[in-house]
Amino acid sequence: MSAAATLAGYNFAYLDEDTKRMIRRALLKAVAIPGHQVPFGSREMPLPYGWGTGGIQVTASVIGPADTLKVIDQGADDTTNAVSIRRFFARVAGVATTERTAEATVIQTRHRIPETPLREGQILVYQVPMPEPLFRLEPRVAETRRLHALGDYGLMHVKLYEDIARQGEVTISYNYPVMVNGRYLMAPSPIPAFDNPKMDRMPALQLFGAGREKRIYAVPPYTEVRSLDFEDHPFEPPRPAAACALCGSRDSYLDEVVTDDRGGRRFLCSDTDYCAERRAAK
Amino acid sequence: MTADAPILEARGLSLRFGPVPALDDVALRVWPGEVVAILGESGSGKTSLLRVLSGALPADTGEVLYRDAAGAVVPVHGSGEAALRRLARTEWGFVHQNPRDGLRLNVSAGGNVGERLMAVGARHYGGIRAAAAEWLRRVEIDPARMDDLPRDFSGGMQQRLQIARTLVTRPRLVFMDEPTGGLDVSVQARLLDLIRALVAGLGLAVLLVTHDIAVARLLAHRLVVMRRGRVVEHGLTDRVLDDPQHEYTQLLVSSVLAA
Repeated sequence: MSAAATLAGYNFAYLDEDTKRMIRRALLKAVAIPGHQVPFGSREMPLPYGWGTGGIQVTASVIGPADTLKVIDQGADDTTNAVSIRRFFARVAGVATTERTAEATVIQTRHRIPETPLREGQILVYQVPMPEPLFRLEPRVAETRRLHALGDYGLMHVKLYEDIARQGEVTISYNYPVMVNGRYLMAPSPIPAFDNPKMDRMPALQLFGAGREKRIYAVPPYTEVRSLDFEDHPFEPPRPAAACALCGSRDSYLDEVVTDDRGGRRFLCSDTDYCAERRAAK
Repeated sequence: MTADAPILEARGLSLRFGPVPALDDVALRVWPGEVVAILGESGSGKTSLLRVLSGALPADTGEVLYRDAAGAVVPVHGSGEAALRRLARTEWGFVHQNPRDGLRLNVSAGGNVGERLMAVGARHYGGIRAAAAEWLRRVEIDPARMDDLPRDFSGGMQQRLQIARTLVTRPRLVFMDEPTGGLDVSVQARLLDLIRALVAGLGLAVLLVTHDIAVARLLAHRLVVMRRGRVVEHGLTDRVLDDPQHEYTQLLVSSVLAA
């Protein structure tokens, strides 16, 4: 898109330069301490909390005119949120946009990691509703800070223990807690547990923005990200025993789609770009 | 570690709550494997002393030294919160008067016992469960109730569960604050019996706060009698209780009701 098509009266990428500088400072600190939540002065954005205000501020702070942006929501490029945010940056920053994972330099995501492996030089920006992994286990925020500072994560393991004792398995299927670099417990945002192994030693930079909670955290490239588990109950990402009805993939994460009111259902790849590429290659 | 070096040593502890002296120049030593009871009426400063000794409350003056398993002397105040937490979950144990303060009521009995194991790095589910079952058995709770919530337990069972949860990591020093308070006498008697057997079997050092002379007589090797923040008398349990020297101790001993 040409620069002439960008909105007049707005700074490049919507946020003013001072705000971007503040967010970049928080990002640098977050990258320096993998998995540690860094507070930042989250701004009001032209979309409601819960729609990606954190992710959009991080993207606005790291994107440059030469970047190519991809935005996905639940893996899909064509959902409302993804289309809106992509068009937003096309209008306020005039950056090129794409739906191809391999062509993008910045990928903003809600609830998925693309199936196509990311490479060095790419940045994956997550939208995070609740950055605190101990949320629901410890109601006092001040106390969770203390637990992080002291590396005292027995509480999280008690939760896993209780799941196995009651259900026979860990019942967390999304936002599955991870240890980053052997130090900080981190909420990977509500991505399916299926995607957790992709975070481990990913060549791309992973940035997490929580707008309402005003926290930024990061996983630098090639950082160890380990899902919590027990030695005799190892972490096993759940996946339906089915193939994509469109591309036939048995490796990708699938959405279950109800097709009629008589119990008919199909499984489809949640990553639309991955599915389309596989079909095009046939 | 030598048996002739105290495991916990406090010197010159003073603490004031406004005009009220809670502790007034208190000194105390606990040797390994020894049960010391702090005896006194309500408001005599015994719980404050326990909180100061365990690092939960800073004293105005004085110091508390703990000799850890490696033989190193650690100042309880001033070595930082991280070191204190590490001590609290590895070498120390706490048994609260109200089991609700020491238990997680919405976590199963097994999870409660396992929490301390997991906090020190146990990551084998089967191993944690086996240890939890073993400890439930030792405190006379049916291991079949392992997956029940402690809120469904009786008061005595909750207290025994709290003891299992505390002792599962084999602490060297256990702080107990009125462990039998709020229990009826028959349950209290069984609990005391249990504590005595466990403490003797594991060779624990215990610092016990109580206002109940019978509890002190049954459990403690040595007694420290406190009044208005001062230690008025200390010595071997039988000596203090059978031949009280200080007038306050005499009053305390003579005010026990005989059944």
